[in-house]
Amino acid sequence: MNLVLHVWRQASPTVKGGFVRYEAKDISDHASFLEMLDIVNEQLTENGEEPIAFEHDCREGICGSCGLVINGVPHGPQHGAATCQLHMRHYKDGDQIWIEPWRAKAFPVVKDLVVDRGALDRIIQVGGYISARTGAVPDANATLIRKEHAELAMDAASCIGCGACVAACPNASAMLFVAAKVSHLGLLPQGQPERRDRVLNLVAQMDSEGFGSCTNHAECEASCPKQISIDFIARLNRDLFVASLAQTPERMVAGAG
Amino acid sequence: MELDSKVPSGPIQEKWDKRKFELKLVNPANKRKYTVIVVGSGLAGASAAASLGELGYIVKCFCYQDSARRAHSIAAQGGINAAKNYQNDGDSIWRLFYDTVKGGDYRSREANVYRLAQVSNNIIDQCVAQGVPFAREYGGLLANRSFGGAQVSRTFYARGQTGQQLLVGAYHALAKEVGNGTVQMFPRTEMLDLVLVDGQARGIVVRDMVTGKVSSHAAHAVVLATGGYSNVYFFSTNAKGCNTTAIWRAHRRGAVFANPCFTQIHPTCIPRAGEYQSKLTLMSESLRNDGRIWVPKEQGENRPAAQIPDAERDYYLERLYPSFGNLTPRDIASRRAKEAVDDGRGVGLLKNGVYLDFRDAIQRLGKSVIEERYGNLFEMYERITGENPYAVPMRIYPAPHYTMGGLWVDYDLQSTIPGLFVIGEANFSDHGANRLGASALMQGLADGYFVLPYTISDYLARVGPTKTDPTHAAFGAVEREVGERVKKLLAVNGKLTVDTIHRDLGQVMWDACGMARSRGALEKGLEAIPEIRERFWREVRVPGRGEDFNQSLEKAGRLADFLELGELMCRDALHREESSGGHFREEFQTPEGEAKRDDERFAFVSAWEFTGVGSAPKLHQEPLSFENVPLSQRSYK
Repeated sequence: MNLVLHVWRQASPTVKGGFVRYEAKDISDHASFLEMLDIVNEQLTENGEEPIAFEHDCREGICGSCGLVINGVPHGPQHGAATCQLHMRHYKDGDQIWIEPWRAKAFPVVKDLVVDRGALDRIIQVGGYISARTGAVPDANATLIRKEHAELAMDAASCIGCGACVAACPNASAMLFVAAKVSHLGLLPQGQPERRDRVLNLVAQMDSEGFGSCTNHAECEASCPKQISIDFIARLNRDLFVASLAQTPERMVAGAG
Repeated sequence: MELDSKVPSGPIQEKWDKRKFELKLVNPANKRKYTVIVVGSGLAGASAAASLGELGYIVKCFCYQDSARRAHSIAAQGGINAAKNYQNDGDSIWRLFYDTVKGGDYRSREANVYRLAQVSNNIIDQCVAQGVPFAREYGGLLANRSFGGAQVSRTFYARGQTGQQLLVGAYHALAKEVGNGTVQMFPRTEMLDLVLVDGQARGIVVRDMVTGKVSSHAAHAVVLATGGYSNVYFFSTNAKGCNTTAIWRAHRRGAVFANPCFTQIHPTCIPRAGEYQSKLTLMSESLRNDGRIWVPKEQGENRPAAQIPDAERDYYLERLYPSFGNLTPRDIASRRAKEAVDDGRGVGLLKNGVYLDFRDAIQRLGKSVIEERYGNLFEMYERITGENPYAVPMRIYPAPHYTMGGLWVDYDLQSTIPGLFVIGEANFSDHGANRLGASALMQGLADGYFVLPYTISDYLARVGPTKTDPTHAAFGAVEREVGERVKKLLAVNGKLTVDTIHRDLGQVMWDACGMARSRGALEKGLEAIPEIRERFWREVRVPGRGEDFNQSLEKAGRLADFLELGELMCRDALHREESSGGHFREEFQTPEGEAKRDDERFAFVSAWEFTGVGSAPKLHQEPLSFENVPLSQRSYK
């Protein structure tokens, strides 16, 4: 098939970007979307032009590197899959495709279709973990965990940190990302000691990074390649409410001891 | 050069305890006077960086991805082994040790493997405490499944995303230490060379992949956790960015490279669909628990799978290996699949695969059970191929997946360069000539959480907290070399893209040093590779600038190193005149077509010393002795 692409090109964070038209010719149905871009890039290189910068690594939908807004939809038309798992059989000859980077204040463009998602790492660094020091832990079967809790925690933990939820949200909120982390750890007995601090710290960091607030559009869930449910946002809100009512953060009490 | 493995004396069960007690310690107040560089943030790198940070060292961790959480460990699907014996099926540390030495076809170091089996149980404890949501039984206990090369159920798993969950656990630990200020993280930063001062590893030169700035980082020790080199074949299951640059640059600086030809071809990947394809996708080996592998008995069969009656199907693994059946180790399963396809009995449009059929498992257990076990893998398969594996059998074919070879390390995981430690897939130590499924995750975390943090203290205590100095002349010299190389890559301005040349190299490597090797093919490969290398430096085109985000430049630099490594792999494969594990020399096989080892001549580690590009490397040998697992012909019948 032959396609017409309109690709966002932007040389650096500080210069103005814009759409550039390219033609993709003789693309196989079985090629992946990124392989289609590879073909275009090979041609650009042969013509002495700079290829389109886009992020990708595992190309199996698990590393969370890739992420393109395709015709206005993060990760494109296929539900529950990352951009790298999208194949050209979803398109037909003559289609026009607009390709853009994630757009959010907290994700500045690095180049073309590549953005800086460091804000997501910084959110995790303020407490999106369980403080289990290497070696200082009990036997793995010492704590029994209800299968349904483990399964639900796994649903939340399947987040690949791609940032599609932010790109899809009209407010550029990172609530689904944060809710998934708070729920993954909050559902497990090991995560209880730090549960209140965790939700308070993560939400505060999310706000300070410039992400917007959640107003229940559910666009995040619709575009999540791992189909993470917005039920986790309700869970986060409940945890946040309970934690906010507690008079003193736990960590301060512990420190005072 | 003397290769001293530093394996402690005494019974194998006591070696690690003995060594741990002998190791010099750095007292808690002094730890903050030492800086350690960790390159790579996969299971090995992230767990090491986090554990060293917890101990109080100043740690700098580098990765090429935009976040530490994206390292390729994340793509491991099936599981992680441990000798917990939670299933009461007769597992033990000794059995895991035995299975791993045998699975590695007697080309690994016994003492290292025993230690790996010992700490395997600590890993599971550690991961559970971090909140890794492993699969559970209804009573709340951890669940297990079985994996190739073992007759016990010792594999822990988190759906088909075990690597992701373990990496998220290690990433959490790393994030905690970044938050605590003990670890400084450098994402989108690629190590381009190692710096030695007075013969000791004292730092690295890196390129900032956003600005293109080349700079130096000094430390008291450098840890490489940069993974394997399967991308030398272009088509592999590795992430596109996986590369050999860090270990290859260290090799050029004096670290000897062990068993480069020991590569693993994974039996269950999706066959290639066309010319444009950029990589191969793996389907977890765990699928072999319930899927049955077969091809038609007759060549040129064109009926759909469902119309081929059982009597006309060849379930060749079950036929050849009745006791292990579809769960034979990876090297055997791969080779038998190649045989079937080469025999003209391949399936699919291009006749380039074999069936992995779930019909019987679905009949026996019901679709919902299969969906619970493998749902996400089935979805993944359908997205890629457009075929529904609940209705028609999957098609699979082997693909390069893992490299057992790597930089040579001693029992302390230290390379032949003092102060340079190598962990995870980047070293050679634990898997011999073939790695068993669910053992890569185990080794990465064993090295990072439970081995390196101990052994590195011995080195640090010996060198002392001397001042590190990134302005030392040695750094300036290496920085200049790196800068010149970048300029050289950009200056060629020929007509061929990096990928074009990489595909050529990949084809040569697959033909010469892939699943089956022979003297003739390897000699041909050794002629072809220098030609491709020359073509690369004469005709490659790298658009853009060095002082910019430039993905073509990154790829070109990595390919330049693969073009040197490929030659070493072929030389090693040519030299090793035996078949062992994943190294199958057609001239050396049993009458049944199994790998035929030559323990008289080749029971050693081949460790190659760099002598210059295009010049013959120098071979050193570390003899291997098997005192606890007697040498025998591997049999899975």
